[in-house]
Amino acid sequence: MNPAIGALFVQVAYIAASAAFILGLRGLTKPDTARRGMRLAAMGMLLAIIGTLLNHEIISYELIIVGLIIGTAIGLPLGLLVPMTAMPQRIAISLMFGAFAVTLVGIAEFLHYRDVPGGPGVVRMVALGLETLFGALTITGSFVAFGKLQGFISGRPIIFPGQKLINAAVFIAAITLLIILIATASNGPAAGGDNGVLLFGLMTVLALAIGVTLVLPIGGADMPVVVSLLNSYAGLAASAAGFAIGNNILIVAGALDGASGFVLSILMSKAMNRSFANVLFGAFGGEKVAASAKSAEGLTTHSISAEDAAMRIGYARNVIIIPGYGMAVAQAQHAVRELAELVEKRGGRVRFAVHPVAGRMPGHMNVLLAEANVPYDHLFDLDEINEEFRACDVALVIGANDVTNPAAKNDPSSPIYGMPILNVQDAEQVIVVKRGMATGFAGIENELFYLKKTSMLFGDAKSVLSQVVTEVKGL
Amino acid sequence: MISVVATALGVATVAITLASGGFTTSADASTGGTLVDVQIVEIYVFLLAAFTGFQIITKVPPLLHTPLMAATNAISAISLVASIVIAGSERPAYINIMGAVAVTAATINVVGGFVITDRMLKMFKKREGQG
Repeated sequence: MNPAIGALFVQVAYIAASAAFILGLRGLTKPDTARRGMRLAAMGMLLAIIGTLLNHEIISYELIIVGLIIGTAIGLPLGLLVPMTAMPQRIAISLMFGAFAVTLVGIAEFLHYRDVPGGPGVVRMVALGLETLFGALTITGSFVAFGKLQGFISGRPIIFPGQKLINAAVFIAAITLLIILIATASNGPAAGGDNGVLLFGLMTVLALAIGVTLVLPIGGADMPVVVSLLNSYAGLAASAAGFAIGNNILIVAGALDGASGFVLSILMSKAMNRSFANVLFGAFGGEKVAASAKSAEGLTTHSISAEDAAMRIGYARNVIIIPGYGMAVAQAQHAVRELAELVEKRGGRVRFAVHPVAGRMPGHMNVLLAEANVPYDHLFDLDEINEEFRACDVALVIGANDVTNPAAKNDPSSPIYGMPILNVQDAEQVIVVKRGMATGFAGIENELFYLKKTSMLFGDAKSVLSQVVTEVKGL
Repeated sequence: MISVVATALGVATVAITLASGGFTTSADASTGGTLVDVQIVEIYVFLLAAFTGFQIITKVPPLLHTPLMAATNAISAISLVASIVIAGSERPAYINIMGAVAVTAATINVVGGFVITDRMLKMFKKREGQG
């Protein structure tokens, strides 16, 4: 093909792909246009790949084809077979793959410029450095997040003395190396950048270390923020790659991803009442005091049987279900859906109240309930449903804790004071399904459990709810 | 209203992408226009795309936040495009191999990401279907 026409085709393909990505994401603003939108985005991706394969720079296809085949062989089962319950882990590990690809591109480009007279120049060197920095820290950060979500790394915050100081030192060292690289290596080896490879390698290693130290101190319940933040970093790395190689489609797609992670981080930090600066510097989770603001001494809970719970739920007219991470752990979403259907059949109304940070990633509860066939117009956000608790007969809390704690509203000494919560305490009666009396992630007592109107239904959410379902059927 | 603005910005982004030449190599940059010119346009592209993304994504309901993460992750695997060039262009073998590994990792995300997003979105139904 004539190289000029080939180059034009590549450009047109990339422009069409950019438009497809933007329109595809726009489709995600409504559930009924979402699927069509994502198909459009996938077509855009295909077009961009085909366009790239026609690039005149490419002289051999063997390695490309091998990579595409192996990648498809791994990606297809990952996409088709991973259960919905493993979605947080799956998102974390895919962030790692993405960051890995971007980092390799950064390193390969840097090494390539060792052979180019004049080197990468200052601007490209800045981009290459940032790409590799963000990419490398996202690799290890996502891997640690993956480990915490999968359970082979403790979900509890891992903290050691002087941690913040060491983190800051490593971070400053990495930035210093980048500045030295920009000063010495941007004009190529001839300009005295002989140590460039060593410095670049060292910077990459430090960035890998930052990823680990950034995520280790963060506890399981803060994972929605972490995953969003890593998502944003992965996008920024891809965008930097676009700057480094002068490719606009990378800049556009990376910026979209970066913006998405950024928006989600803001939403998640708002839902946890943390400042965005607090989130941005990854300082969250570390300062938590495990001390109970209020002692549970002298307070008693009121425990009921599954049969008893079935009576109350079965005859309720207006039920609001509050799912939390406990429901995901017990995989109780199908039992929950069955119970909801039964109540509806008996003439009651059932709605679900989903707190933004319930679970381990943004939207976690929604995906699980959708998988269990709960229609999405039964799922409500905090703002939509909070006034409705007043009119509700039974609020059924399933494995949620801190997001229902009234102390966030009325106890200024509580560590979670100010965090928006679901007004479960306004319901006429409250039933809490819970494994035991352990405190939630924040390590504080939940006054809700000690209210007169609250009944505790202890046990594994799945088996307890199955019993309730059987009992309601027998009413 | 915001959606109109977002769409307009999207169009502007695409137009600028067109104006700046979707794919400039370092060689192109040194022959056509100065390096700084090209990179100023790249900064425009970044800002407009980021702003467009911000506008659109603030309107994605919490209901679809997980599919959103899966989708943006698949889209950002566009780094596949860069990996392909590195794997297949005339460079030392070890750089080509790094490119091939990057192609593999990015392809995992492209394929897996779009498939799983579709699988998730398929589950979101308004009324329960039969079976």
